[in-house]
Amino acid sequence: MARIELKDLAHSYLPKPGGEDDFALKTIDLDWDDGGAYALLGASGCGKSTLLNIISGLLEPTRGQILFDGADMTHAPTTARNIAQVFQFPVVYDTMTVRDNLAFPLRNRGMQASYIKDRVQQIAQMIGMDSQLSRKARGLTADEKQKISLGRGMVREDVNAILFDEPLTVIDPHMKWELRTQLKQLHREFGHTMIYVTHDQTEALTFADKVVVMHDGRVVQLGTPEELFERPEHTFVGYFIGSPGMNLLDAKIDGNMATIGSHQIPLGAGYKSPEGHTQIGIRPEFVTFTTDASGLPVQVTQVEDVGRHRIVRVGFEGNTLCAVLPEGTPLPEGTQHIAFMPEQIGVFANDWRVTPQTGGAS
Amino acid sequence: MDKPQNNRAWFMVLPVLLLVAFSAIIPLMTVVNYAFNDTFGNNAFFWVGVEWFKETLESDRMWGALQRQLIFSFTILAIEVPLGIAVALAMPKKGVWASVCLVLFALPLLIPWNVVGTIWQVFARIDIGLLGYSLGLIGIDFNLGQNASAAWVSVIMMDVWHWTSLVVLLAYAGLQSIPDAYYQAAKIDQASRWAVFRYVELPKLKGVLLIAVLLRFMDSFMIYTEPFVVTGGGPGSATTFLSIDLVKMALGQFDLGPAAAFSIMYFLVILLVSWAFYTIMVNLDREEERNE
Amino acid sequence: MSTSTVQPTDKAGLRRLASYAMLIVYLLFLILPIYWLVNMSFKPNVEILNQLTLIPQNPTLGNYANILTDPTWYMGYVHSLTYVILNTVISVTVALPAAYAFSRYSFIGDKHLFFWLLTNRMAPPAVFVLPFFQLYSSIGLFDTHLAVALAHCLFNVPLAVWILEGFMRGVPKEIDETAYIDGYSWFRFFTRIFMPLISSGIGVAAFFCFMFSWVDLLISRTLTSTEVKTIGVAMTRTSSATGLDYGTLAAAGVLTIIPGALVIWFVRNYIAKGFALGRV
Repeated sequence: MARIELKDLAHSYLPKPGGEDDFALKTIDLDWDDGGAYALLGASGCGKSTLLNIISGLLEPTRGQILFDGADMTHAPTTARNIAQVFQFPVVYDTMTVRDNLAFPLRNRGMQASYIKDRVQQIAQMIGMDSQLSRKARGLTADEKQKISLGRGMVREDVNAILFDEPLTVIDPHMKWELRTQLKQLHREFGHTMIYVTHDQTEALTFADKVVVMHDGRVVQLGTPEELFERPEHTFVGYFIGSPGMNLLDAKIDGNMATIGSHQIPLGAGYKSPEGHTQIGIRPEFVTFTTDASGLPVQVTQVEDVGRHRIVRVGFEGNTLCAVLPEGTPLPEGTQHIAFMPEQIGVFANDWRVTPQTGGAS
Repeated sequence: MDKPQNNRAWFMVLPVLLLVAFSAIIPLMTVVNYAFNDTFGNNAFFWVGVEWFKETLESDRMWGALQRQLIFSFTILAIEVPLGIAVALAMPKKGVWASVCLVLFALPLLIPWNVVGTIWQVFARIDIGLLGYSLGLIGIDFNLGQNASAAWVSVIMMDVWHWTSLVVLLAYAGLQSIPDAYYQAAKIDQASRWAVFRYVELPKLKGVLLIAVLLRFMDSFMIYTEPFVVTGGGPGSATTFLSIDLVKMALGQFDLGPAAAFSIMYFLVILLVSWAFYTIMVNLDREEERNE
Repeated sequence: MSTSTVQPTDKAGLRRLASYAMLIVYLLFLILPIYWLVNMSFKPNVEILNQLTLIPQNPTLGNYANILTDPTWYMGYVHSLTYVILNTVISVTVALPAAYAFSRYSFIGDKHLFFWLLTNRMAPPAVFVLPFFQLYSSIGLFDTHLAVALAHCLFNVPLAVWILEGFMRGVPKEIDETAYIDGYSWFRFFTRIFMPLISSGIGVAAFFCFMFSWVDLLISRTLTSTEVKTIGVAMTRTSSATGLDYGTLAAAGVLTIIPGALVIWFVRNYIAKGFALGRV
């Protein structure tokens, strides 16, 4: 088990990258603590699989360093890094039995037969395949095969890290939940460093202690699920995390007041007029309907009942905003006014969060 | 795959059926007719029953040809299949060089059989051929038809030259269908090169290799043109394989009865082997579909 | 934490070197005989017989001129191309609907029929030589292009059905259903929508029919005599008759390789699929 550091890492698939656009991974500096459960979250094509393959040594980065417990591993081959990886689609050795599949990484490393036997039994029990150990892997269902892949990733005790590359893509929804719970349990039991790549925020938020959000080849935020929700560092995080995502409105910022057209919105803190494209962001959970005429005048366009709460979509001067109403509150109709909770409003300049100058919770 | 039952589909198959019937069934009927009859010309036939079969089975001639045929077919399979796999594994996986290799490999496959014979005949000549001359320089006096073993070496070398690429192409296509993740997983599991071949590549190659073996076995079993051009079946009857013997018998000596009996037995052997391969192939297909 | 020393990569490097070496040796083995043929085709006979030169010392196009001016030679190509193209057109045309039927429907006896077709691909042409000779003589087609074209259907039609069926299996059935719902008739659907979808398959099937018809010597030699003299026959007869005209023989050989070589370039990405009868 190891602490993994990425220093000034960048990667391009082109042999001679020119401008920044040629890089699939722009500059990345990141530390993964020993024994942490991390999720690497981002939309398809944001570079998360590239990053994973660099950590596992399947790709060599164009620039920068990878350190395992302080030792430079940038150019070390996969086998020297002692990591395990589970892929998007089940990779099993079809002609081997389930037992041989699980034992394969251990046998290749010359472990003792008695140890292998016990270890395989233990892992098989954990993934719930102990009754099928003698079956050939071919002919198993996709979930069973993926369980074997997970088991093969887990079977070595001394791995530096276990990497998961969207491992639940092919799994049925109800099995997804079960496997994810198992993973979490395994993490608690063994304390491996785990890095879990996904584009599904639910998966990321439920699995990980810390979530790394990537966007366009960059890490835009590393934080606990709570931090991502309450203090997104980038508009992408605000928009990507949460269902529905954060409302974003172009606004002029002046002190502790945001101006949108002719409307004024009080902020929870004071800001030095930030440069560039400025926006305010507010989670739908913190939008309330009000009778106060100083709120933003909006037109209710749609109401979705999603069970525990209702999502109200409203139109405001050409923008669509969302508000989440708890069950039991009366449904607004027609023209209404909405207000934002001032301390929950974030201010963004050129998509990055601006730190307030004075006081307040934001 | 679920396919709807529809017997009108027969109409779509009908043209093929008629055409192949015309070029296969009618000729086969003629063969059967000859096999059980004798003639003194003028289309007067009389029934001789299994006489021709008995005669053919009792003569050493067919057994000799069959034995040579089997030795030849198994020898070239034993050379071409491992060599083809090895070359496919060594090939670049993608890029311009992969295309260049593919095209160069495919070249011998598309050369008319008789030209293949001509090429090797000329290439191996001690006076004007590069190979023969070079061998002569290092003291080997090699001549295609000089003795039985030289003739065998030539015919086998020629077939390896001509057909190994088929195995290469099929194996290459099979290897291409293996997702990268398998290689990456094997790397992470610290599998040796041999283990990667044994547990990742070979299982995926099974289907295409079966086709390769089937095609090579069948085609080598029918080989006619190349030995005909290079050795003419000789010296003596050293390289007289089944097809050559049959054509000699039918067109050379016009021994219609024995030739026809010979044909039928020849065809039956092929049919039997085809059927065995086909059954295995269909079962493999089904197994794969069940797994997906 | 495992050791961080970089593992020795000598072994992998050595293995790569060995595999490249093998690749190069194999390529040389393939190319040298062809190179020799091409080399010879540009030499005058005197040079061929008197000295061994790796590059023609007195390069000449005389051998090619011999072929292009002598009708017994160049008509050989014309005759061969005629029956080959005729056969390709017939084979692919009849194979298309049949392959569609096999790939889309199940019907009584379909599996047996399919196997029977396969056996025809596997049938030794030598078995059919004599009956073909008699059959085509009796219906007056002996020594015509059509006779050879029809005879080659024996192995090319099954081949085309197999290849096309393999390609058609890859086209989802939903496309057919959508087209019918949109009001297409079967014929219009097949020609307007389906055939463009499997155009690469049709190309590959046509290529393989062309090739197997082009490379055959046995059947074409048996079914032709004076009117239709194929290039294969011209080559075998000329080589035995004049004996020593190696230059012309080499040039004729080179000319038979060219059509195949040209077509390979276009189908290089599908060639393996074609050889696997559409089953890779």
